[in-house]
Amino acid sequence: MLKSHQHAVIIATAATAVAMASPAAAKVEGDTIVLGSALSETGKYSTNGIHAKNGYNIAVDLINKRGGVKVGGKSYKLKIIYYDDESTPARGAQLAERLIRQDGVKYMLGPYSSGLTKAIAPVTEKYRIPMVEAEGASRSLFTKGYRYLFAVLSTSEQYLASAIQLAAEIADRNGKKRSDVKIAMAFENDPFSLDVRAGVLADIRRLGMRVVIDDRLPRDLSDMSATLTKVRALQPDLLVVSGHSKGAATAARQVKELKIATPMIAMTHCESAKIVSKFSAAVNGFLCPTQWAETLSYTGEYFGSAAAFDNKFKATFSGYRTVPYQSAQAAAAVLVWKDAFERANGFDPEKVRDAIAATDMVTFYGPIKFSEAGNNIAKPMVLRQIQDGRYVVVAPSKWASHKVQWPRKVQ
Amino acid sequence: MAPSETASQARVGLGMPAWLKSSSDGWTLFFMLALVCLCLVAISENARNNLTILEVAWQQNIQLLLDGLFIGAIFAFAAYGLALVWGVMNVKNLCQGEYVIMGGYISYCMYANGIHPFFGFPVAIVLMFGFGWLMYFLVIKRVIDRDLFTSLLATFGIAIVLQQGLNLIFGPEVQTARSGLPTATITIGGGSFTFAWIKLAAFLMCGADAGRLALVIVLFMKRSRMGQAIRATAQDPRAARVMGIDTGKVYAFTYSLNAAICGAAGVLIAMIWVIQPFYGITHSIRSFVVVTAAGFGNLPGVITAGLGLGVAEQYSGFVLGADFQQATVVGLLLLVLIWRQIVENKYRRVVE
Repeated sequence: MLKSHQHAVIIATAATAVAMASPAAAKVEGDTIVLGSALSETGKYSTNGIHAKNGYNIAVDLINKRGGVKVGGKSYKLKIIYYDDESTPARGAQLAERLIRQDGVKYMLGPYSSGLTKAIAPVTEKYRIPMVEAEGASRSLFTKGYRYLFAVLSTSEQYLASAIQLAAEIADRNGKKRSDVKIAMAFENDPFSLDVRAGVLADIRRLGMRVVIDDRLPRDLSDMSATLTKVRALQPDLLVVSGHSKGAATAARQVKELKIATPMIAMTHCESAKIVSKFSAAVNGFLCPTQWAETLSYTGEYFGSAAAFDNKFKATFSGYRTVPYQSAQAAAAVLVWKDAFERANGFDPEKVRDAIAATDMVTFYGPIKFSEAGNNIAKPMVLRQIQDGRYVVVAPSKWASHKVQWPRKVQ
Repeated sequence: MAPSETASQARVGLGMPAWLKSSSDGWTLFFMLALVCLCLVAISENARNNLTILEVAWQQNIQLLLDGLFIGAIFAFAAYGLALVWGVMNVKNLCQGEYVIMGGYISYCMYANGIHPFFGFPVAIVLMFGFGWLMYFLVIKRVIDRDLFTSLLATFGIAIVLQQGLNLIFGPEVQTARSGLPTATITIGGGSFTFAWIKLAAFLMCGADAGRLALVIVLFMKRSRMGQAIRATAQDPRAARVMGIDTGKVYAFTYSLNAAICGAAGVLIAMIWVIQPFYGITHSIRSFVVVTAAGFGNLPGVITAGLGLGVAEQYSGFVLGADFQQATVVGLLLLVLIWRQIVENKYRRVVE
């Protein structure tokens, strides 16, 4: 008969063995480096969640095919453990705990959306696990002093700033004083859109323009006609709208219906709202910001050019007519990990974290270099215009493939 | 009862000071004051500027009025269904908005398959009637005799299941159905306003349908066996059952009719606004506001409240800014309730 303290010893040993074994084995299993991510495979973010997952996977496959990650003269393959966060922040945070504590993941990839990233970042921070995220653009993620959070995408306040710049350029060209440029703004009352608004306002002030309408759309509003009636009465030079897919679809529909003749209209989420296929000719001339476009002239070691990534992605996953930037930036996040492992030349999370912080690379997705706060400061947002039903880059002029059509032709 | 009849009438005659005495009336006054303060804050310089626009470019008034009435007709439509279920079955149907969105998806499906979304109207009515029947026998039947919270929870549960189900089938993207009807521009007095034919069509449809529905329902309620049964059931379910009325059938019919009405409203919503699996809540809230303000069993009241709500939303959106558009809805509801409280209090004192 075993004495009680013997029991205790056995249990303790077993527990220690389990505790030691699983995390140690999981961060690098044999010749495989394990990354973890909670992604929205169901729920309201499922579409973009899947886009992100495809982006992660295509990069992992390519890296593995091309010799993997070389650390200490040995080649390692990458593998990602996914869990479905059901598009809910609370679940995302739970799953991050599970990835880190049960699966022993030491390297994280981000979830989809700012909200989920906001929920998961405190968890990764607590366990000092570095996370490279590609889908959370909210400025507030980078004002909290997180040390282990890095983002490859441009932050939200940059989304529509280039449209304001463009309006100023057009005013100059037409011999119109900048202080006479009237701007109407309609932003949804949510963290993301308000960030976009903050960036827009800063640029309006810097350029000395005038705001004539500043409406905030409640979250569950599906009617903008009152705001647009005001637009018609005040005839601004530029109308800026941001309210996720619903805002874009509603604005596009009602601009057409109310025959709003504003010469320049800029809005976020044109692509995800599919306004071109929904409203065809009526949305020609709309300006839409994007993180990335396949026509940009970025080139990197993996995937080659932006266009090459576009082709490869379409060949790999069926059902894509255009490749969403969500997938491109997800792939870029994996490239950041690979680069950091090789420069750190080891697997100590702290060292890898420092290597990520020192990242300075050019990829098919654009240049990547992190600020102290962890956001990518090297890549600009680009502005595309819908011309004859196609999205073409019109600003900033360095990467523009087409000239901006102004004024917008009202259908 | 100490006070004589003359004394109590004298108290009513005093008006305000009299009803101030009870504590609930004190709260009423407090809320009214708060509301007035809120209004004063809201009518800032910005709002005054917007009012000036309405004076100068007066044609925009027509725009706001038309947009408000057109959209209000659809609110009234969905709210009428709720009033029916609420009145007859005493079930506060929290999945009202989800039924609307389902109707929207029916017309979206037809549109996506190349059929004009207007044909979604009869299809949605038939399908949603069937769906309502199914829901009644699956869920509502089991909770109808329970207390208020059970039916609230059950219908809330249905709402969540429907949202997620629609999300699984159609995905979370925002969808629309295009009617292809043009927008007319009308110029008067140097200014112009537009109206979309689709909104007018929707208005007429709702108007015609609401009118026809009202007529049919009035006749149906007065003349037909089922109508009498519904009225009897609404008055006293147990007595009705004793008299041999199949109350279950009455409830099932009422509930299905509501689903069909919502479905029809949804068809129009898909053509005028946008739909997404999770947008039902907006329509649920509006229906509840309209029915609470109008009172159930009051069809003209529901229609007036619906139209009024539509117009009020447009005007407050214009004058106070879009952020106040929905606050106005709730603010108006509050005012109506306060006013009703005052009237009822006076009435109660007279009866006392």
